[in-house]
Amino acid sequence: MRNSSIAPGRAANHPGAALFGTIGRVAIDLVTEVGFASVLLWRSILALRKIGRSMPLVVEQARRIGVESLPLVIMTSVFTGAVTAVQAAYQLKDFVPKIYLGTAIYKSVVIELGPVLTALVVGGRVSASIAAELGTMRVTEQIDAMDAMGIDPVRYLTMPRIVAALVMLPVLTVFADILAIGGGFFVSNASLDLSPKIFIAGMKMHFLARDVLGGLIKAFAFGGIISLMGCAAGLRTRGGAVGVGGAATRAVVTSCVLILVSDYVLAVLLFSIIFGA
Amino acid sequence: MTEKSDRSATAGSGRGTAGGPVIEVRDLWKSFGDQEVLRGINLTVKDGETMVVLGPSGCGKSVLLKHVIGLMKPDRGAIVVEGKELTELDELELKELRMRFGMVFQGAALFDSMTVGENVGLPLKEHRGTIGDELADLVETKLRMVGLAGVSHLRPSELSGGMKKRVALARAIALDPDIVLYDEPTTGLDPIMAEQINQLIRMLQRKINATSIVVTHDLHSANFTGDKIALMHEGKIKLVGTMDDLRHSDNEAVRTFIARGYTPPPGSTVDAGPVGLAEFD
Repeated sequence: MRNSSIAPGRAANHPGAALFGTIGRVAIDLVTEVGFASVLLWRSILALRKIGRSMPLVVEQARRIGVESLPLVIMTSVFTGAVTAVQAAYQLKDFVPKIYLGTAIYKSVVIELGPVLTALVVGGRVSASIAAELGTMRVTEQIDAMDAMGIDPVRYLTMPRIVAALVMLPVLTVFADILAIGGGFFVSNASLDLSPKIFIAGMKMHFLARDVLGGLIKAFAFGGIISLMGCAAGLRTRGGAVGVGGAATRAVVTSCVLILVSDYVLAVLLFSIIFGA
Repeated sequence: MTEKSDRSATAGSGRGTAGGPVIEVRDLWKSFGDQEVLRGINLTVKDGETMVVLGPSGCGKSVLLKHVIGLMKPDRGAIVVEGKELTELDELELKELRMRFGMVFQGAALFDSMTVGENVGLPLKEHRGTIGDELADLVETKLRMVGLAGVSHLRPSELSGGMKKRVALARAIALDPDIVLYDEPTTGLDPIMAEQINQLIRMLQRKINATSIVVTHDLHSANFTGDKIALMHEGKIKLVGTMDDLRHSDNEAVRTFIARGYTPPPGSTVDAGPVGLAEFD
């Protein structure tokens, strides 16, 4: 037999093997999770035929995803707007007239900061919560019980959460946009010596409805990602408490990664190809 | 005639061919990774009969039960319920078939986001569209059948283990099923509560006259609730018969299991216990 440093037994002990093994496992897990989520998305789309019967569940989920996330969104948005104003003023100082501060804040908030930061903070809260809830239901056989009763868990659990998140993320983003611009407006007035009139004039000068629309399209997509990855991680949970904890972590990680990747894809698609044409 | 043989003789009226096979498991194989859990199971349960699948923990009893209701797909073999091969059914047909089943899970599997009443009422609301006062009345009736009237407003977290099992039982019989599956109904309960659950299972069998499979490792429960007992060991059915057949079997696995001893718990009777079931005798 040939000697070998590449024989399976020895290769497994090589220090690099553990690293590549871990990377491989993470990649396989991510692909598996996204694959399962795709199947879940398709089944949820099919379950939309019965959305009328599920409307109370959608409303309940909208309350949990939307209304209960509002305090977090308010805090994040106000301070995001305030920080944007301070940092934009610092970077534009001596180069650009102050009237453009309103433009910079409005554009950066509605196109990027509003949808992305809202999705990341709401995603952390909502996807972990969905994964933990469905994961607990999975390990305590509640989902099996639902199946055994002839009730489709996708229609009863997954579809209402996805629909609610698709609706509520754009709504939360509108709140976030208004509050962040308000935060920027307040700081500009209070500490940057910019009058309200000039701030608003700057905003109006380059206002484009498609910027707002682009941000809301992003928010819609992020809503789908957050709820879908939460449901996928929850439904694939195995084991006990450790499995539920792992599902919540996996949901947050995959949601955040996919939000950032899809943000780039949507930015290119919307602002370079569709609106930029 | 004994009470048990009397029960067997009168069971079976109603659905399908009286006394004919309702559930047939044919050469069922299932593995998880390298571990073979079911290794060629054959089992027939007749109309109105209560079959107990008895065996040590980890021998594949719950896996078998989940195959019977279509929650798991076999690697090989067939499960035929009322003449329909489960693996050949589409999603809608399987859903319709499942509506004729009731299942009590080992840990009760109550939906903890719902009240007791909502748990019991869910199948009625989803499948029959029952709502309002009619739903509340039906839920209360089912809860009364398991001796738990007046608890529909409570959450599962506020119930004891025995109460959870009884609520699970009320939920399982909500749609008046033709077939009821029990997964370790007495596991985790103290002997007195376990005895009450055993009595309850028998009372309900008489009341709703369903075909049942009870999965348990509890010899007393098996003897008390079953018309027939199938002893399962290492993924295979070693023997199907009565408790007497098991006691007199020459099969080593059967003898080893039975040798652990079977002693009826002190004070065990078939009379209605404190759960208040006398009205259903």
